[in-house]
Amino acid sequence: MSFWKFSSPQTFYPVAKKLSVIFFVLAAVLTIWGLYIGFFVAPTDFQQGESYRIIFIHVPAAWMSMFIYLVMAFWAGVGLIWNTRLSSMMAHALAPTGAMMTFVALWTGALWGRPTWGTWWVWDARLTSELVLLFLYVGYIVLRSSIDDPRRGDRASAVLALVGVVNVPIIYFSVQWWNTLHQGASVSLTKSPSMASSMLLGMLLMALAFWMYSIAVSLVRVRKIIRQRESNASWLSKSVG
Amino acid sequence: MLTAFLIVLRRELLLALRQKSDLFTVFFFFLIVSSLFPLAIGPELSTLNLIGPGVIWVGALLSSLLVLHRLFESDYSDGSLEQLVLSGEPLTILLLGKVIAHWCIAGLPLVLVAPLIGLQFSLPTSSLMTLTLTLLIGTPVLSMFGSIGAALTIGLRGGSALSSLLILPFYVPVLIFGAGAVGAQLQGLDISGHLSILIAMLCFSIGLAPLAIAGAVKIALE
Repeated sequence: MSFWKFSSPQTFYPVAKKLSVIFFVLAAVLTIWGLYIGFFVAPTDFQQGESYRIIFIHVPAAWMSMFIYLVMAFWAGVGLIWNTRLSSMMAHALAPTGAMMTFVALWTGALWGRPTWGTWWVWDARLTSELVLLFLYVGYIVLRSSIDDPRRGDRASAVLALVGVVNVPIIYFSVQWWNTLHQGASVSLTKSPSMASSMLLGMLLMALAFWMYSIAVSLVRVRKIIRQRESNASWLSKSVG
Repeated sequence: MLTAFLIVLRRELLLALRQKSDLFTVFFFFLIVSSLFPLAIGPELSTLNLIGPGVIWVGALLSSLLVLHRLFESDYSDGSLEQLVLSGEPLTILLLGKVIAHWCIAGLPLVLVAPLIGLQFSLPTSSLMTLTLTLLIGTPVLSMFGSIGAALTIGLRGGSALSSLLILPFYVPVLIFGAGAVGAQLQGLDISGHLSILIAMLCFSIGLAPLAIAGAVKIALE
């Protein structure tokens, strides 16, 4: 019984189902706990009032948006190098969640920026690089879906994801330098020097909840992709019945 | 290896010169796009002066996208791309020849005409020099990244629009430092940092982009 046998879609398919249920339950529990702490336990911020509470969604979404891109590129690279089908499917399954997290981070950021900074959008380094990240996700998804042959789609989008990963630090630092040169909106996201421990706890719980949700929803999606791609395989018709 | 590189380069340039429409399209697209901005924003010289470097850079960036699909598409359909892969010469070197040829068609003319457009935006002479210099260093990087997008979308429907979508985010750093250098100079700042980073990006892309392009071409031909 080897760990590697799970790299075959056939063995992974039923395991993914069980795992996705576990991760959905974990995500639900952590979300309820995190939101309870975020809304009822964490104190009101004396500078920003109640509006700061959106960070319980915003910060975890922003973390996940960047982390998922790395994970996606990792699986895409594994699929490209070792020609493992499941790795490419996993990368494929992660992309929409990553794009959604990026969008949520930008959207909640705008909602938070309006009462706090007085504007929906500033050309801050972090905002701009998050926007570019969204474009990278969109490019990956569009490329993936416009290639009909799944093998070629896997490999071509893997090249794009890897080129993206190499370039993300360059884009990030160039945007940061561009921002400091322009001295545009001199707002800082790290305004509050110290954070109440209950705020931190709420944020960490929500980050874990987002993490669990991302795993669960990617597993569900990877099962769909397996079902689509392996629709001719005999094991699938047996297991689905 | 060098002979093969030169043969590919010569072939591509010859093809471009025999069919001049591409050359003219890129060149005049750049001129027209840059001339549209004053019409949209208004003829005040102080405003034009401010937006000039950025507009010229964005114009150059869009123009170089215009003929990207030509890079591989016709070679793919008539089978000569496959012959390049099968030739036994290192594919990265051969494709580098194609990319450099693309730059000669879609990059170099823009560099040469940029000072003229800069004059329309009433940029001072020193800025014109910087603008030309940054375009000279930056446009090859655009060709390198653009070729990755073109190679990934070989034979796909809507290939050229798709490759623009894939590649434009990667143009961000080049745009920032290219247009930024001119802007910084207008403010009287030192631009050696900008130039060093542009040159670093050029070296980086010459070293790594051919690998990605060769990988993408092989994937498309499988």
